[in-house]
Amino acid sequence: MALNIVVCVKSTPSTVNVGVDADGKPKIAGVPTALNPFDEFAVEAAVRLKESVPGSTATALTVGPDAAAEVLREAIARGVDGGALVTGPEFEGGDSYATSLALSAALKKMHAEKPVSVVLFGKNTSDAGAGVVGTQTAAWLDWASVSAIKKIEAIDEKSVTVLRNMEDGVDTVKLTLPACVSTIKEINEPRLPSLKGKMASKKAVFPKWTAADLGLQAGQVGAAGAGSVVVKAALPPARPAGLKVEGATAAEKAAKLVDILVERKLI
Amino acid sequence: MATGILVLVLPSRGALSPASYELLGAGKILADALKQPLMAAVVGGNAAALAGDIASRGVAKVFTVEHAGLSNFTEEAYAKAAAAAAEKSGAARVILPSTIAGRALAARLAVHLKAGLATDVTEILSDGRVRRGYYGGNLIAEVEFKSSIAVLTVAPMTFPRAEAAGAVAPVEAVSFDAGAPKSEFVSFQGETSREIDLGAAEKVVAGGFGLGSAEGFKPLYDLAHALGAAVGASRRAVDSGWIAYKNQVGLTGRTVRPKLYVAVGISGQIQHLAGMAASGTIVAINTDKDCPLMQMASIAVQGEYAELLPLITNEIKSRKGQAVAA
Repeated sequence: MALNIVVCVKSTPSTVNVGVDADGKPKIAGVPTALNPFDEFAVEAAVRLKESVPGSTATALTVGPDAAAEVLREAIARGVDGGALVTGPEFEGGDSYATSLALSAALKKMHAEKPVSVVLFGKNTSDAGAGVVGTQTAAWLDWASVSAIKKIEAIDEKSVTVLRNMEDGVDTVKLTLPACVSTIKEINEPRLPSLKGKMASKKAVFPKWTAADLGLQAGQVGAAGAGSVVVKAALPPARPAGLKVEGATAAEKAAKLVDILVERKLI
Repeated sequence: MATGILVLVLPSRGALSPASYELLGAGKILADALKQPLMAAVVGGNAAALAGDIASRGVAKVFTVEHAGLSNFTEEAYAKAAAAAAEKSGAARVILPSTIAGRALAARLAVHLKAGLATDVTEILSDGRVRRGYYGGNLIAEVEFKSSIAVLTVAPMTFPRAEAAGAVAPVEAVSFDAGAPKSEFVSFQGETSREIDLGAAEKVVAGGFGLGSAEGFKPLYDLAHALGAAVGASRRAVDSGWIAYKNQVGLTGRTVRPKLYVAVGISGQIQHLAGMAASGTIVAINTDKDCPLMQMASIAVQGEYAELLPLITNEIKSRKGQAVAA
């Protein structure tokens, strides 16, 4: 048994501490991009899975401009074997709906060439942050899916068993393969890129697929295919000026704090 | 032409949560904005038994989808059931909770219904647009839907809870074809402690690296118990192994929006603020009066946590008439 693992990654701004420009858009011009931090956990999970089953391969997949190839290189530096880039002007301005369709079409192409076992995703992106693309991709493909995974318990040719972190405890769920699995931070501690990986990443060459290559119409992806659009970005409302609790002793400060909380009906 | 607002009620382990009533509250705001009727659907293993409660809270109609295969949450089976209810209702907007299950289900439904999707909605505008935080809460996006049907998940602790209104709406059972499920629920291991869930807590007491050790969290737990609050933590405290990841608040953890957030020994890195900056009243307790959290707090108390926390806890207990002998 050898697994064909895919990990979906995204190139995102390296900081989320951004302002708003004159057009009411996030001020990200000139902000360096990097591998979405949540994807580091998905990449590490892909590499560990690959290492646990001899003969397996792991491939990183992304949708983005040419420069997004950098996150594929980062994934290779972290241990995956190769990458594929879905790119073209038609993909610009896509939301989760349009982007997941593009990913699903790329996965369908990969699956036809060599059956895919499992597709890993990060918890969410650091920019849009919806945390839905893994499940939406599975929905387009009619594959099984699961989110908030903190552990992959077992995997064989037919199924994967995972632990899902719910609000009130932990579920064990068994999925028929192929399946899309969205991870959380608790799943592992990502290793840093290795020297060997960095060397490999420099030499890597990626297939580039346009919408036409994936059997999609330009109108189905990017802004044209999106179901939603951000019409305006704004800063959150400023918080009112705060109150400093003063007192000669700690006991006095404690009593004053509780007074204020009682007065504001918070106790 | 799709019309109507459909609130999808997802019982957790067979029970309704107060968050379900918040969904109805959000639904009412959207129904009023778009001048469309408000409906609800209860999806689960015991949906019919729970429908009466929902039917009395200001909705025009309640659909139920009940099936043994829906006793526990799996993405595809729930999506098929929810899609059956959504199609039966003919709704133009479907509202779900921003929980693990709600978000996954919204993702599947959006594809099924060819619908735009907005998650973690914090505000519904009069023209039907919605607002949500992005870039780790540093920015607020105003989202417009381009599709005729749209799916949204609403942030917890944000919308008013719908009250029982008197009139009881008709209830209609909807059947669906479960097919051969691709996901199988195996088991559930519940929390052993009786801790309050962070995401739905009205009050949160959170500790950071300033607490110095796992032992340092003990007075924090005592304060949380006295307040009836959930316990949160900063990433550094979690990474130090002092408290579990499920307690982490921030960009890589949970987002909370309680009425009261007490941050103890947390300096307030962007990563943490992303998860709690929308809280109602923020109390910061820290030795460093210049740290970001002390600067942005509604109420800042400078001092040693080890000294202050037991005093505050005792003060609260004594006001509640449960003073312990010193």
